[in-house]
Amino acid sequence: MATNFFWQGLLAYFIWPGLLCAALLGWLFLWLARKLIARMQRRFGPPFYQPFFDFVKLLGKRSLVPAGMSPVLYYGLPLVAVISIGLALALLPLPGNGMRPFAGDLILVLYLMEMPAFCDILAGFASRSIYGQVGSSREAALMLGYSLPFLASVIALAIKAGSFRLEDVIAQPFGLVHVLAIIAFVLAVPARLKSNPFSIPNAEQEIVAGAHVEYNGPALALFELAHGLELVAVSLLFGLLFVPVLHNPLAALAAYLAAALVLVVVTSLVAAATARLQIHRAFRFYWTWGAVAALACIVVAVL
Amino acid sequence: MGIFSKIMQLSRRKSPWVYVLNAGSCNGCDIEIGACLSPRYDLEQIGALRQGSPKHADILLITGPLTLRSAEAVRSIYAQIPEPKAVVAVGSCPATGNVFAGSPTVEDGVLHAIPVDVFVPGCPPRPQAILAGVLEAARLLAEGKTRTGAKLKESPHGN
Repeated sequence: MATNFFWQGLLAYFIWPGLLCAALLGWLFLWLARKLIARMQRRFGPPFYQPFFDFVKLLGKRSLVPAGMSPVLYYGLPLVAVISIGLALALLPLPGNGMRPFAGDLILVLYLMEMPAFCDILAGFASRSIYGQVGSSREAALMLGYSLPFLASVIALAIKAGSFRLEDVIAQPFGLVHVLAIIAFVLAVPARLKSNPFSIPNAEQEIVAGAHVEYNGPALALFELAHGLELVAVSLLFGLLFVPVLHNPLAALAAYLAAALVLVVVTSLVAAATARLQIHRAFRFYWTWGAVAALACIVVAVL
Repeated sequence: MGIFSKIMQLSRRKSPWVYVLNAGSCNGCDIEIGACLSPRYDLEQIGALRQGSPKHADILLITGPLTLRSAEAVRSIYAQIPEPKAVVAVGSCPATGNVFAGSPTVEDGVLHAIPVDVFVPGCPPRPQAILAGVLEAARLLAEGKTRTGAKLKESPHGN
């Protein structure tokens, strides 16, 4: 029994819904976002295998560790980002996932999903580049902003369900609290994924590449992979939380993937149609409209 | 040749990220590179992205006749690009100094500062030619035939 659980855990972590399938899905989503933005700018855009080739090419480059930065930190931070987002993916109760749910797994998933952003911030500060430090401080400020509606939308659903078990949260019937939680969740997504109106931490025209400016080769490849996995984790969590329960596992899987796809398309449309905000405007946006959305869904959930 | 090195070769050819460096150019070539990235010529369709940090780049697009003041920066930025890397000299200036040749303030091209792999002649070259230059450099990257570490020409100013 124990060994069975062990193998199921490994399968969930490395194959489905963990690293392998999520990486393929993440590359597909990243390509879709780039292609959609290119098409909306009347460009041709990259071919669908582009993110995969970018990743492999970066793996094959020689690494330059910046002077004054410990190699343990340099390689460790992107590795921790990939490992923790992989764990978050393995805990998602998608059809076909052998992991048994436990009380409080939603809290663990939320915590693990914050890790890539946290590693980004540490990497920027540790890289001893002025651009990296500016990017990190922007990302830290933005995190305080988007966490409010993001966490509120998930917590509102948990309050309504009366449990922090992801399975119970998913199983409840669709209601008013779901509609309000969708609004809060979607408000937080562009900043979470650092896409256009909130691409403040990695603003390439201002601060080169933000926290990743000193990163190159395999370490940068891992950060790019973590970003792709984060995109998958956020969009699949969106599908899980807001798609009404379907009892046929194949239909449920298709519905979750469709919801994830819709979220990626909407985020790309918003990214192509908007220009970058200043950090204080983004922060004000989240602490007014984000706070209103957060308050609304929490209040409806409690009542 | 194993399957892994085949995939690596293919990825190097399909994903050439460029870093644009102006070594005292008149901006004519930089405008053509801008056109190359814009919707009509769209460098991204061959997988190329313009990067702001030399540490993320594979290909250095260099313009200008290398003014004395920019020489040190050019060497430093070239050293910061992780290997394998290629250099595309855009326009006639980096090749020969063009109309600035013989001036006491320029070094008559970049050839003695960094090893150039592909020349794209023209004053300025057309965006199609720059696109072809990037593709050629990507092919050299994939085949491992770049001139990284090659012996450099002697400087006209002795530095």
